[in-house]
Amino acid sequence: MTGSAQALAAQATLSATGALKLSWLLLAFPLFGAAVLLLGGRRTDRWGHLLGVAMPVAAFVYGVIAFFTLLGESDRSRDLHLYSWIPVARFQVSVGLLTDQLSICFVLLITGVGSLIIIYSVGYLWHDADRRRFFGYMNLFVAAMLLLVLADNYLVLYVGWEGVGLASYLLIGFWQFKNSAAVAAKKAFVVNRVGDAGLSLAIMLMFAEFGTMSFTGVFRGVGSAGSGVTLALGLLLLLGACGKSAQVPLQSWLLDAMEGPTPVSALIHAATMVTAGVYLLVRSNPILALAPGARLAVAVVGTITLLVGGIIASAKDDIKKSLAGSTMSQIGYMTLGAGLGPAGYVFAIALLLSHGFYKAGLFLGAGSVMHGMNDEVNMRRYGGLSNVLPVTYVTFGLAYLAISGIPPFSGFFAKDPIIEADFGQHGAAGKVAGVCALIGAGITAFYMTRMMFMTWYGRRRWEEHAASGEPHETAEPLAGGSVQGAHGSAEEYHPHESPPVMTGPMVVLAIGSVGAGAFLIINHRLQKFLAPVVGAPPNTHGFFTAPGIAATALAVAGIALGWWIYGRVPVPATAPAGGPLTVAARKDLYGDALNESLLMRPGQWLTRLSVYFDNRDIDGLVNTIAAAVGGTSGRLRRMQTGFVRSYALSMLAGAAVLVALLLAVRL
Amino acid sequence: MTGTAAPAALAAHATLAASAPGAISAPPIEYSQLGPMLVVFGAAIVGVLVEAFAPRPARRGTQLALSLGGLAAAFVWTVVIAASRQVFANGSPGHTAIGGAVGVDRPTLFIQGTIVVLAFISVLLIGDTRFSPFVAQAAAPPGATAEQEGLAAGAMHTEIFPLTLFAVGGMMLFPAANDLLTMFVALEVLSLPLYLLCGLARRRRLLSHEAAMKYFLLGAFSSAFFLFGIAMLYGFSGSVSLAAIASTAASNTSNSTLLFAGIALTGLGLLFKIGAVPFHSWKPDVYQGAPTPVTALMASCTVVSAFGALLRVFYVAFGNLTWDWRPALWVIAVLTMVVGAVIAITQTDVKRLLAYSSIAHAGFVLTGVLAVSTAGLSSALFYLVAYGFTTVGAFAVITLVRDPGGEADHLSRWAGLGRRSPVVAGIFAFFLLAFAGIPLTSGFTGKFAVFQAAIASGETALVIVGVLSSAIAAFFYVRVIVLMFFSDPVPDGPEVVLPNVFSGTAVGVGAAVTLLLGIAPQPVLSLASHAANQLFVG
Repeated sequence: MTGSAQALAAQATLSATGALKLSWLLLAFPLFGAAVLLLGGRRTDRWGHLLGVAMPVAAFVYGVIAFFTLLGESDRSRDLHLYSWIPVARFQVSVGLLTDQLSICFVLLITGVGSLIIIYSVGYLWHDADRRRFFGYMNLFVAAMLLLVLADNYLVLYVGWEGVGLASYLLIGFWQFKNSAAVAAKKAFVVNRVGDAGLSLAIMLMFAEFGTMSFTGVFRGVGSAGSGVTLALGLLLLLGACGKSAQVPLQSWLLDAMEGPTPVSALIHAATMVTAGVYLLVRSNPILALAPGARLAVAVVGTITLLVGGIIASAKDDIKKSLAGSTMSQIGYMTLGAGLGPAGYVFAIALLLSHGFYKAGLFLGAGSVMHGMNDEVNMRRYGGLSNVLPVTYVTFGLAYLAISGIPPFSGFFAKDPIIEADFGQHGAAGKVAGVCALIGAGITAFYMTRMMFMTWYGRRRWEEHAASGEPHETAEPLAGGSVQGAHGSAEEYHPHESPPVMTGPMVVLAIGSVGAGAFLIINHRLQKFLAPVVGAPPNTHGFFTAPGIAATALAVAGIALGWWIYGRVPVPATAPAGGPLTVAARKDLYGDALNESLLMRPGQWLTRLSVYFDNRDIDGLVNTIAAAVGGTSGRLRRMQTGFVRSYALSMLAGAAVLVALLLAVRL
Repeated sequence: MTGTAAPAALAAHATLAASAPGAISAPPIEYSQLGPMLVVFGAAIVGVLVEAFAPRPARRGTQLALSLGGLAAAFVWTVVIAASRQVFANGSPGHTAIGGAVGVDRPTLFIQGTIVVLAFISVLLIGDTRFSPFVAQAAAPPGATAEQEGLAAGAMHTEIFPLTLFAVGGMMLFPAANDLLTMFVALEVLSLPLYLLCGLARRRRLLSHEAAMKYFLLGAFSSAFFLFGIAMLYGFSGSVSLAAIASTAASNTSNSTLLFAGIALTGLGLLFKIGAVPFHSWKPDVYQGAPTPVTALMASCTVVSAFGALLRVFYVAFGNLTWDWRPALWVIAVLTMVVGAVIAITQTDVKRLLAYSSIAHAGFVLTGVLAVSTAGLSSALFYLVAYGFTTVGAFAVITLVRDPGGEADHLSRWAGLGRRSPVVAGIFAFFLLAFAGIPLTSGFTGKFAVFQAAIASGETALVIVGVLSSAIAAFFYVRVIVLMFFSDPVPDGPEVVLPNVFSGTAVGVGAAVTLLLGIAPQPVLSLASHAANQLFVG
């Protein structure tokens, strides 16, 4: 495995020619959009959303052209050197874009799904006064993510990485006037910093060890590096991936990030941000190949997260938070896949791509429901909506079948190989991970079924609620996409189907939810395409082997359980007390409490201690020096008497000293 | 232009070849290579004629156009010479013109180009007459009827423009002079107009007159030292040519007292102009008293020019004696950095503050000079460009912050400026950060370059002193920023006038160059290192 990975890292990278020479356009389009919208100010309000949509779409069109150009070549890795960024002695960093099989997959996902989400936002945020700013940030987000996946060295990747962090901060806190949104944005930023520290340490270590940060240079150098170095690199990269991809223990920001407008959640969860960690791990496969310990850690993190995410998703009544838990769980599968080495990379990417479709579909569907329901997010106030929002219902339902792993929908084809590959590993670890992944498949089907029944079937609880006259909880301000003003009081719900600009993207995504998995996996399409970058799995199974059948059976069981609890009997309008696990899951399995006691409190104490010593010792020293310098200044200043005669005298004295000095040297 | 230059230069060489050895003949004059200086001097002379013959209302516009046009033409000509394949044929380091009196080489052209651009910006400031910083008639005492009438008529001493051009021409010749007598003439040509210009402030007239008087007396004093030094060097080597002094110093080891006393005294004359400690005492008083546009001219162009001359003398004439003069210059550099930074801490007048800051910066450039290498030369050149633009911009901002009685020079008046005029205060803060050498400004790149060159030449101790004094210096720059942004505005505080085309260009160009050289310094760094590659022509 090691040998093959090293051979693969050496895939010849040619200089970009022809259409691929224009790959900078991918960055230029959304950056231009962001610049015009953010710098243009109110002048661009009227047509800003059109530009905001056009730029990602243009990037997508170029991405498709680049993809087909690459398909027509035999060597599919192209590097475009843009300029020399930091040329200082041995510290040479150039800005270059690497277009290869892996990055083009991400480019198509980011620009394709991203464009659909941005088109949808036109309808969703139609009434928002700050819509232009929103589209500017969305373009910035897309540009940063594209830089991340197109960079040809780790430092430029890091720039994109931080750009994504910044854009997510701006978007999660888009409704700044809500305190919860501002807090959530800050939390996402701070938690991400922890991961970023890991990535930046990894980059420094790379430079210290190999003297370079370029992918080719690092992957060449890692072959001769000690096992300690590769292990450290692998773990640091994993820490970085945990932050961006919301893996345990840095998962806590993702649930709070639901404070952003729903299209932002869709973009973060489906096309950008959380996929960055998986990209980083898969891109760094030559490092992971030489660090079995780090790979094990990756697999463990993925396994734990897929279960934790599933459990949280099963207990949340807030539709967006439930979907967020689901994202954690799904990314957990991808991380697990990446932890399996060449046996899993390609399936991690396959799952990532198909997940992009169905998770975007689910979020946009949820947004559509909220749009029609005065931004209500509590599923206990939904129910019986299938007749009211038929298009949303059908697209949401297809995405539901996909994520639950029902053949022949997308999720089945994409998730199943990861479970198979677990059981294909040597040793007990693979089997344990496999069993956990199987359980996770059952949980996934359960919480998604729960969501389906609570939202679309059963009694129309929103009518009952309106009659009871209690105020409803809104996750989003009424200005954001709501048409509440036209529909009377806040207590009444008048659900309605969304306009075509919103349902259109949902339909396209539904098609992807149905077909993407099968398209990528059958005939080993993605596997053959990606093999030069990530290696090929050693052996591939059919689909209906024992694990595959077990996974499908568990999915069906999960659906059955979901029906038993939420379909068979009416859903209570207020949440029942629930068992200890439910209570824990509602509190995100105490993730925040853990962070608070393990990190925040000790951090605060450390700060207080530092401030104490800073005030007493360091400031004392600094103040003494400052007083001494100030005193000297005051005394020296008196020499500036204002009298020319004393100036001339000082010059004469200076001349004497100067002559004496020069003559003294000669003595 | 090179096309016409070629026959002229050829003809000049032909004359030289034809003249019999020993016979006294007029030296050939390579007009094309001296073009930039000739244009500036020519414009100045035409300016004098304009004063004599043009009607008063037409003078200001004519003079301004003439000055700016002359400086622009000089710049273009400088670039043409620098790009000329003929002057720098076959990797030649350059020429000496007029029988060896004037050097035409890459470092000199770089310095001259810098001076011309900075002078262009300073002339813009001088030409901004909205709040006319200059007297209407120098002879009229403050408050006299003649003065009132002159002001009412919008009169202005338009002689200021030709005076400025004469000074700039002298500044261009100063670093180019390849023998000490030419250099002395250049020194006087640049100094005399400046003495006059310093005394022309309309407000705080006495301060201005005092500044002019002090500058004149001390300048004359230092010129005497310089001349005395030249005499000693002539006594030692029998020549005033820099190259001849160098070759004599290499071969002749007797009479070293004459040589070293000569080095000390000529050095003093040059160090006086850059304001090195202990020859700095004129600087705060003069910078404070002079009209701010003139201060901008002095703080940028004069410093650049004087450093050019200093570099030429010490690298060419005393290039073989580095081990002898380095310790003395080392002491001066340390004193300059430390004293400049320390005294600046207790200043309360913004122009005096910048004067002391300019002294400290002279010390930083001296560390580059002390490296005595091509890297040292190129870093010093880069530093001068960076500092020149920042300082012009900073003085341009000072002209915008006004009290009813003139510029609001006292720092207490600047309190809370950031609240009321965030843009102007922000730009000024940016300039201060550049002075302090914060990254992403040209100041950082410049300091980095000179310190790097000094370390490469083994001057680590000097660099440590430099870093410490820039830490001290950072204190008072930041203090001003804190004052502007974190203090409560003073009641009836100074008015910040909107910049017009003139001052706006000065501030804008200063800020743009400061930012550009901080973010993407490579083109200018390459240009400086290309210029410094072959040092000065001997």
